[in-house]
Amino acid sequence: MTSLLAVLIDGSIYASWLFLVAAGLTVIYGVMRILNMAHGSFYAIGAYSAASLVGWYFNNGMGPAWVSYLLLVGAALVAGLIVGVIVERGLLRLMYGRDEILMVIITYALLLILEDGMKIVWGVSPYFAYQPYSELGRTSLGLLKVSNYDVALVGVSALLGLGLWAWLERTNQGKVLRAVIHDREIAVAMGVNVKLMFTITFVLGTTLGALAGALTAPAISVVPGIGIEVIVLAFAVVVIGGLGSIGGAAVGALLVGLSRAAAVHYAPEFELFVIYGVMSLVLAFRPEGLFGRTLARKI
Amino acid sequence: MKNNKSKFSKYLVSGVAALALAAGAAGSASAAENGKFRVGIVTFLSGPAAGPFGVPSANAAKVLVEELNKGNLPAPYDKIGINGAEIEAVIIDEAGGATKQVEEYRNLVQRQKVDAVIGYVSSGDCLAIAPVAEELKTFTIAYDCGTPRLFADNPDAAYMFRTGLDASVDNIGAVRYLAATRPDVTRLAGIQQNYSWGQDSWADFTAAASVLMPEAEIVEEQFPKIYQGQYGAEISALSVKRPEIVHSSFWGGDMEALVLQANARGLLEDATGLLTCGEASFATYKDQAPNGMIIGARGPFGQFAPDNELNTWFEGVYQNAYDLEPVYPATKMAQAILGLKYAAENAGVADKEIPSAEQLAAAMKGATFESVSGTVEMARANGHQAMQGITYGEYHYEDGVASIKNAVSFDGECVTPPEGVAAADWIADGFPGAKCN
Repeated sequence: MTSLLAVLIDGSIYASWLFLVAAGLTVIYGVMRILNMAHGSFYAIGAYSAASLVGWYFNNGMGPAWVSYLLLVGAALVAGLIVGVIVERGLLRLMYGRDEILMVIITYALLLILEDGMKIVWGVSPYFAYQPYSELGRTSLGLLKVSNYDVALVGVSALLGLGLWAWLERTNQGKVLRAVIHDREIAVAMGVNVKLMFTITFVLGTTLGALAGALTAPAISVVPGIGIEVIVLAFAVVVIGGLGSIGGAAVGALLVGLSRAAAVHYAPEFELFVIYGVMSLVLAFRPEGLFGRTLARKI
Repeated sequence: MKNNKSKFSKYLVSGVAALALAAGAAGSASAAENGKFRVGIVTFLSGPAAGPFGVPSANAAKVLVEELNKGNLPAPYDKIGINGAEIEAVIIDEAGGATKQVEEYRNLVQRQKVDAVIGYVSSGDCLAIAPVAEELKTFTIAYDCGTPRLFADNPDAAYMFRTGLDASVDNIGAVRYLAATRPDVTRLAGIQQNYSWGQDSWADFTAAASVLMPEAEIVEEQFPKIYQGQYGAEISALSVKRPEIVHSSFWGGDMEALVLQANARGLLEDATGLLTCGEASFATYKDQAPNGMIIGARGPFGQFAPDNELNTWFEGVYQNAYDLEPVYPATKMAQAILGLKYAAENAGVADKEIPSAEQLAAAMKGATFESVSGTVEMARANGHQAMQGITYGEYHYEDGVASIKNAVSFDGECVTPPEGVAAADWIADGFPGAKCN
């Protein structure tokens, strides 16, 4: 019984983290049709920015702990905004309309450049911002003790998912964006400024990636390479859910999170396999992912 | 006209390439003949192993080479450079995998004309380099990698040496520490990175525990992917089994994340953590690791290095240079460089003369030399593998200062299999011939 409860709790927490990481990736693909390999770097930049700022805040004895949560989010927003605008305006804008595979290679090159850039800026020593994680304490559920920060992350993730859904479905800007997703050429013909929508989308995706890194930073040691590890998982989640679908990313994250937690508790030897096992199973029956739509090819 | 242009371009490119190659080769040759002792230093300068292992090691190499060239070391290493010849260190990145490292090694030997190579954290890299060192007849010291297969797979190695200890020593030492300090423990659990390092460490630990702590049972074992970073489910799985000891061979960012998360969730309050590589993050845990957590340094290195003159001197110069205490990878690098200096200065060559690889190997084989970690005996693998004791202790953090308490040391012959005996067989047979103090 304790194990079942643990699977549900661990699975939900892991799923919420996966959704945070995958949301930006799927938003960018949905609108721009760019499979953004550099998303892992945006995650890492968010983690480094947050860890630097929060570390500086506590090392200088600046004040109350709650401010550090604002700093985490603030660092992600600023980092995501700056990097997003630079990359979109300075690189991707020059490449729009190219083949999707070429865009994968371009963003992969960007990932490598950013990985080295981060080493130049932050070095290779670990960064810590553990105070926000430990300050919230923990809750005991029998033998199981759960970090309140992790539980809060589930709430943040759910709010973020709802916010994204509401933005896309309930606002004028969201409707315009959906028009771009549905048919880019018709949207242009109807007077939609697609280039501006691309900039907004890319910066939003970048900021979501940076936010995922910033919110993860308090629970980990921020070291070179963390972004590369994350991108593989994020791809698995969005492929399961269907590339470009926010709801799909949420369901994909839940499927992967719960399956992995169940494997860790009941069959640890399958833990590595289970994520890709779920992905293979879904793709075998729905090659476009759970919520992906089959699109007719334009000739 | 177009064809002529194209041909001209081809000739031009070929010519430039040939000139560049010739210049490179000439540059290497002249550099090798400048009277300096050229040493290749290979360790991680990028990737996840750079922060915990590579950078401290490279820093140790830089500061030690600088001081050696000034002749500032205490006796018996007070001769300038190596055997009076100035040392020139060529430091390269170990990242990229074994195939790349073999290429880099060939480049170091054949183009850069190094006189010796010191390096390798990764066991995969050590195993790939060993046969190439024999093929190129180059004196090579593996300073950190832990695989017992290094000499098991290369029993006739002539040029390859290892001044660090192998991984089975870490885990035999860990069980001996538990048996000595917590003999009543009965519930053991483990969490290891899912690759050969983690699996081999856990196999040695559980085998040794079944012999030295027969009452203890393994209540849980977890093998998450290396660099996973998030261990929520694993910590829950360990917590619900209520272990008394949680053993881990995690290293680097994974280890720091595990300690952070497990401590915040109370696992390391209910159970005692035992980290075989724990000392590498001694300076970074602060109050995020619980008092009493058991840490090791893969030998008498880092915080567990003795208070001898050499180590006191080394700690001083390292601290002056980097404002940090040297962690175990730094001490191990220093040990390898001192081993090389010892071999060169006992190779029977004239002052300032650079010994051949054969002369270096003959001097190093079976040698006993003084180091920052105490006396090192090259007493295993036909005189190619160092044998030293190992120390474990508890991490404590009080009033903003980290320290080690309840440290217990075990002699080399207490934790090292006899010559020619595999660790697994030695453990299974009940450690015959072990000499423990």
